[in-house]
Amino acid sequence: MLETIPRAIIPTDNGGSSSILALIRHLNFAIRPRSGARLARSIRPGGRLIRFENVGLRYGTGPEVLRDVSFAIEKGSFQFLTGPSGAGKSSLLRLLFLSQRPTRGLITLFGHDVSGLKPDTVADVRRQIGIVFQDFRLLDHMTTYDNVALPLRILGRDERTYRPEVIELLQWVGLGERMHALPPVLSGGEKQRVAIARALIRRPELLLADEPTGNVDPPLAKRLLHLFTELHKSGTAVMIATHDLSLMEQFDARRLVLNEGRLYDD
Amino acid sequence: MTINGAQKKPLPKGAMQRRLAASNIGEPAPIVPAGTVTGRALITVIAIMTFLAAITAASITLVQDATTHWRSDLAREITIQIRAREGANVAAETAKVAVVANNFPGLADVRILSAQETGRMLEPWLGRGLELDTLPVPGIIVARIRDDVEPDLDSLRVALKKEVPNASLDDHRGWSARLSAMSDGVLFGGALVLLLVLASTALSVIFATRSAVSGNRAIVEVLHFVGARDSFIATVFQKHFLIASLKGALAGGIAAAALFAIAAITPDFLSKVPGTGNTAALIGQLMLQPAGYMGIAVVVLMVVIIATVAARVTVFRTIRSID
Repeated sequence: MLETIPRAIIPTDNGGSSSILALIRHLNFAIRPRSGARLARSIRPGGRLIRFENVGLRYGTGPEVLRDVSFAIEKGSFQFLTGPSGAGKSSLLRLLFLSQRPTRGLITLFGHDVSGLKPDTVADVRRQIGIVFQDFRLLDHMTTYDNVALPLRILGRDERTYRPEVIELLQWVGLGERMHALPPVLSGGEKQRVAIARALIRRPELLLADEPTGNVDPPLAKRLLHLFTELHKSGTAVMIATHDLSLMEQFDARRLVLNEGRLYDD
Repeated sequence: MTINGAQKKPLPKGAMQRRLAASNIGEPAPIVPAGTVTGRALITVIAIMTFLAAITAASITLVQDATTHWRSDLAREITIQIRAREGANVAAETAKVAVVANNFPGLADVRILSAQETGRMLEPWLGRGLELDTLPVPGIIVARIRDDVEPDLDSLRVALKKEVPNASLDDHRGWSARLSAMSDGVLFGGALVLLLVLASTALSVIFATRSAVSGNRAIVEVLHFVGARDSFIATVFQKHFLIASLKGALAGGIAAAALFAIAAITPDFLSKVPGTGNTAALIGQLMLQPAGYMGIAVVVLMVVIIATVAARVTVFRTIRSID
């Protein structure tokens, strides 16, 4: 689905936002969908990546945790998903990364109706989505480098072909000296940055982040938000699930509010 | 500035490339650690199963070889018996029949068994030291069937009856049929045992695979979330089971082959095993032919294939249930 084209390796330490933009530009050029790629073709410029129509979700015979949820995520958009604990944020995220199927309603991801997706197509759709979990979900037996490289490794790419990209991204997130460290010895903030790097390494169309600032101090939370906004500027759609009001106040963006299973577009 | 705020001097042009090239990353870590998938217990189970299956397969070839040898011997030999009767000279009648047999097309090496040879044949029933002259011992003639000309045994029977009415021809068809039935029985029983052992191996691997995938559920989930296809995940697990089954099957196969090799160079090996005296008399020395060793190799290959395929199918089913 993805291919690498030759490009010059850019310096990452030329300071501030320009560094972020340079990195993003680099990733944009380094990895891009093939011209004939099925998923990439299905996404029109400025079109909808994701569409929910009257979606409901219940677990077993319990009550509906999501009710009549309808919204769309546009290409290159930025939104916060917020709401009190137990409102259904995690369930909505599970629907977004196909870990859960709706009990009713229609979900369209990258032009595919999720109700009829075959396993291989599910994998293709997931390759367009970068996910940052609240609990990081890093593989403890793999080094920081191997964790970040995992999305490229599963494509069958030779390690030598992606080594510069992974090292460059690790250096940029400030983990250049920790690339041989195993997750159990990393701090919460370091693990969060590894998880973010892993989500970004394949330059996804959509980045989903579940409480990405929940385990970091305010200055680092601010920098992470800055990273997400710069990614958004480069064309990546971003959805951040958070109940951190101070984080949302730092960036004027669409707010999707979940309350008692219903979604409100604030 | 990096994300954590550290300030660094800009690198000179080309320094990054040199730094990246010099980075000592080493071999990527296995996606699923080997120790969490297959352990020594599974390798030992596969080795034992392969040993049993290989012994069974080799034993089948041994029995087949022995029965083929017997049948071949019996099929190429006939026996003519001249029973004693009142007022007849058995020795004279036997000599008369020998002349008929000698002149009959397709027969060669016609030989009258001596009184001592006949006595030895009767020993198991009558014991030693008997005076055979006092008993109505039949005359026995053995003849070899020539390879180039097939004798008409029905015509021979008629000719013998005409010459000596109490002469009877035995072409050993009854024995041959019983040997065939026994051989087929052993073959069927062996094949059944082989199937059961292979099925047990497959079941052991299936249980081990389910346990391995469940134990590594977190890794499977992460692989799914980063976009790995089921076939990729199955291959990751399958590799471990391929290596484990290769180790186990080779150990079991080599042990079985070594056992037969030792038996081949140890005289009376089988007779030293308690309770196998009659078997030793029937089969003789445990000399496994190349086909037998080939059978062991085929069993090893089958165990590896069955274990690997069982692991792959089980991984697919388990990860789909997780997803």
